[in-house]
Amino acid sequence: MKDIAREDAAMENYFLALSQVIDAALATGERYTASFDAEQTDFVRMNRGKVRQPGSVAQRYIAVRLIRGARHAKHVLSLTGDLKVDGDALRSAVTGLRAALPEFADDPHLMLPKDIRSSRSTRGGPLPPAERVIDEILEAARGTDLVGIYAAGPVWRGFANSEGQRNWHQSTTFNLQWSLYFRTDKAVKSGHAGFNWDGAALTHKMAEARERLSLISRPAKTLGPGTYRAYLAPSAMEEIASLLCWSGFSGRALATQQSALARMRSGETLDAQVSIAEDTANGVAPEFQSEGFARPASVNLVERGALVGSLVSPRTAQEFGLPENGANGDEFPESLVMAGGTLAEKDALEALGTGLAIGNLHYLNYSDRPACRMTGMTRFATFWVENGRIVAPIDVLRFDDTGYRLLGSQLEALTMETELLLDSGTYGARKLMSLNLPGALVSEMAFTL
Amino acid sequence: MPDADRLSQSDLPKLEGVDFWSLRFVEEYCESYAVRKNVAMPFVASTDRGAMATVYVDGGYGYAATGDTSPAGLREALERAAHWARSTARLALMDSRELPRPAPRGEYASPSFHAPSPTRREWYELLGEESAQAGCDPRIIDWETSVDVITATHRLVTSTGGDVVQRYRFLMPGMGVTAHSDGVTQNRTLNGYRGICQQGGTEILGRFDFDGAGRRIAEEALELLTAPNCPSGDMDVLLTPDQMILQIHESIGHPLELDRILGDERNFAGTSFVTPDMFGTYQYGSPLLNITFDPTRAEELASYAFDDDGTRAERVHLIRAGILERPLGGAISQVRAGMEGVANSRADNWNRPPIDRMANLNLEPGDATMEEMIAGIERGVMMETNSSWSIDDSRNKFQFGCERGRLIENGKLGPVVKNPNYRGISANFWRSLKRVGNADTLKVLGTPHCGKGEPSQVIRVGHATPACVFGNVAVFGGES
Repeated sequence: MKDIAREDAAMENYFLALSQVIDAALATGERYTASFDAEQTDFVRMNRGKVRQPGSVAQRYIAVRLIRGARHAKHVLSLTGDLKVDGDALRSAVTGLRAALPEFADDPHLMLPKDIRSSRSTRGGPLPPAERVIDEILEAARGTDLVGIYAAGPVWRGFANSEGQRNWHQSTTFNLQWSLYFRTDKAVKSGHAGFNWDGAALTHKMAEARERLSLISRPAKTLGPGTYRAYLAPSAMEEIASLLCWSGFSGRALATQQSALARMRSGETLDAQVSIAEDTANGVAPEFQSEGFARPASVNLVERGALVGSLVSPRTAQEFGLPENGANGDEFPESLVMAGGTLAEKDALEALGTGLAIGNLHYLNYSDRPACRMTGMTRFATFWVENGRIVAPIDVLRFDDTGYRLLGSQLEALTMETELLLDSGTYGARKLMSLNLPGALVSEMAFTL
Repeated sequence: MPDADRLSQSDLPKLEGVDFWSLRFVEEYCESYAVRKNVAMPFVASTDRGAMATVYVDGGYGYAATGDTSPAGLREALERAAHWARSTARLALMDSRELPRPAPRGEYASPSFHAPSPTRREWYELLGEESAQAGCDPRIIDWETSVDVITATHRLVTSTGGDVVQRYRFLMPGMGVTAHSDGVTQNRTLNGYRGICQQGGTEILGRFDFDGAGRRIAEEALELLTAPNCPSGDMDVLLTPDQMILQIHESIGHPLELDRILGDERNFAGTSFVTPDMFGTYQYGSPLLNITFDPTRAEELASYAFDDDGTRAERVHLIRAGILERPLGGAISQVRAGMEGVANSRADNWNRPPIDRMANLNLEPGDATMEEMIAGIERGVMMETNSSWSIDDSRNKFQFGCERGRLIENGKLGPVVKNPNYRGISANFWRSLKRVGNADTLKVLGTPHCGKGEPSQVIRVGHATPACVFGNVAVFGGES
């Protein structure tokens, strides 16, 4: 296993040295902010129970913003890891930004941190070599049609500014996402993610997946359009919550009527069981955002069904006169938590009675955003249930319904238990985000195709 | 650090004792300009540079990506890739000894690659003018104009003597407004979010009447505020190119990707209703449907001379007269499937491995004028500009929404309607293709945001398409 502490210290020292380069490159009257993103990741893609594409990615980026008065501009640079080479590139970038600033107008919405709030957090690891983990995974899945990806290694985030603030966040995680296929689109999806590899947990989860695979291999039931009772497992709620995160809680989107939840500002409500917060203290996201503002431990967004807050970036704060609360520029939740309810998860199917047990949803989008109306597909392990017992998997169905019905008028219960779902997203870089969600029992969900 | 295309062969490390290796360099420089509500947004530049090493050895395959493009950094990446290939060879899905070992040589350059670009100040002035025009009414509560200007150099070097340098210049202008009044909110964009994206320089702006578009889309958004909801029912739809690109992308492009058909994407992006036995005989659409993979249309977003595995790119039909002929599969997938494909093995950056992607996927024009298509519709809706997209993981059951609709009754364009949506099933929908617009109705659009893959990638895709008419489609409006 790698010496994570030594690797982390080396990366932190490298980042601090880069910050010193920028400090030294500043001219009188200039300020800067710099955010740092790096990772050393092993990615192993699997298909048909074999290895399809194994590889490693080492990447480092720094975004340096030069500020003079109310003018500012940013240059994002990929880095080599060689301090001499990267220092030269940074100095050149600062020089370029300095030359460009006179071409730009003052920014009336510029906001910089007033307090210096340095911080440091490291978590996770060490992890076993990915090759060994892959052996374990494929051995546990022997005889099945497994497809998926294992992504593992350290992710680093840093922040520095000309006022001397320094923030460091290191998170070493693994994230295995896999499906066991019966045939065509009939499969069971599973995930195993965390900070320390747990082979016993993998064995347990693989056994669970095999058990559900036997259910999915039953003859499928084809349902027509209509409304059905439904139990949405946390992994299905993940898709609904992720769609709501798309501008739903954004301070700017709410102020400009572009949020799907904008009507909640005019009195529309969800069910009183629904409480939602951005809970940085219990997530995996850094406790600072990319411009150096500290994040509160928690920001309440929905309390007992009523919208009570939003995520406000420094820019939105300036533009709309709102208090900033540590949101990044996209005002996207990174540690969203929905409170659990009163239904024991083990009783969910019995409470459902007859209807759909939805394990996963797929490809959600708004069909009428101002009305919070959304559409999407069922996917993977979704079953028809009669009298609390699973009868058959179903052929995929399209739903088209509003968030105000699914989490409002039609919501019967939320499960007591919530599930922490670490974001497996890898677009451009591994994401440090999470959702913590209960399952939901709804008395009626509209399906159209 | 030398630029990728200036590293000489003698600068590059050599890896001995393996069957094949390649180094793929990517360098991109992007400048982003935006003006929001008449306020210039902060300028952002981005310089991204790195390389990916790929190695075949002992029947295994491995890759390693690094931002360190020094000889030592590249050697380390090659060795890491070789380690992956060796350590997973006994578990490998495919035997890399059966894969092609290309030795491509050539160059490519985008149109206007060397043409001068506007200064930063000129960009802000241009965007500021359109912003000022867009904010023409108090009911326009948010608006933004923007442009991304990108230059890129991609180079592929192989152990077999291959050396390809491709230079790109992309321009991606965008514009959007939000109108709100009496509890109603409507959005309007210029051909969708980054729907305008081509290779070349400022000549692209003229092709889309960028000058004056701010006022135009603002007025259309205001009109939508008081428009009735789109009616529901089965009827004809006339889809303009800025919706057609989405229809082609989701219900032809993705299902024809050979890696989806081979199952690689089943855990993430999904599978496909298309199976290998369909090629050559399957009636994908009506006889009016002709789909080409065309990397040769100079201005289109994903034109190139070679893909990222070194296969020379050529124009080929995937669907001819409605019959499915060929999948979107690169050299590796072609070996795995035993099928002919196209040069579409592509990576979105140096830090992701090539996989089967769309590139330029086009619907060939027919012979109908816009007037003839409208005149041929007894009852229907013309739908413009995609706003919502959702499709199942086999790429069959879809539901799409558009920004703006216009009723068509008895062959004449009628009033504007808001929230036009339609749904259908890919396997049936293309067979209901009734009319295909001529070249005058064609637009060359695309998206820089096609997502797929584990690890995930967002890639640039071009779509050139005319307007088209489909019969007996399930149409419906919004909630309110």
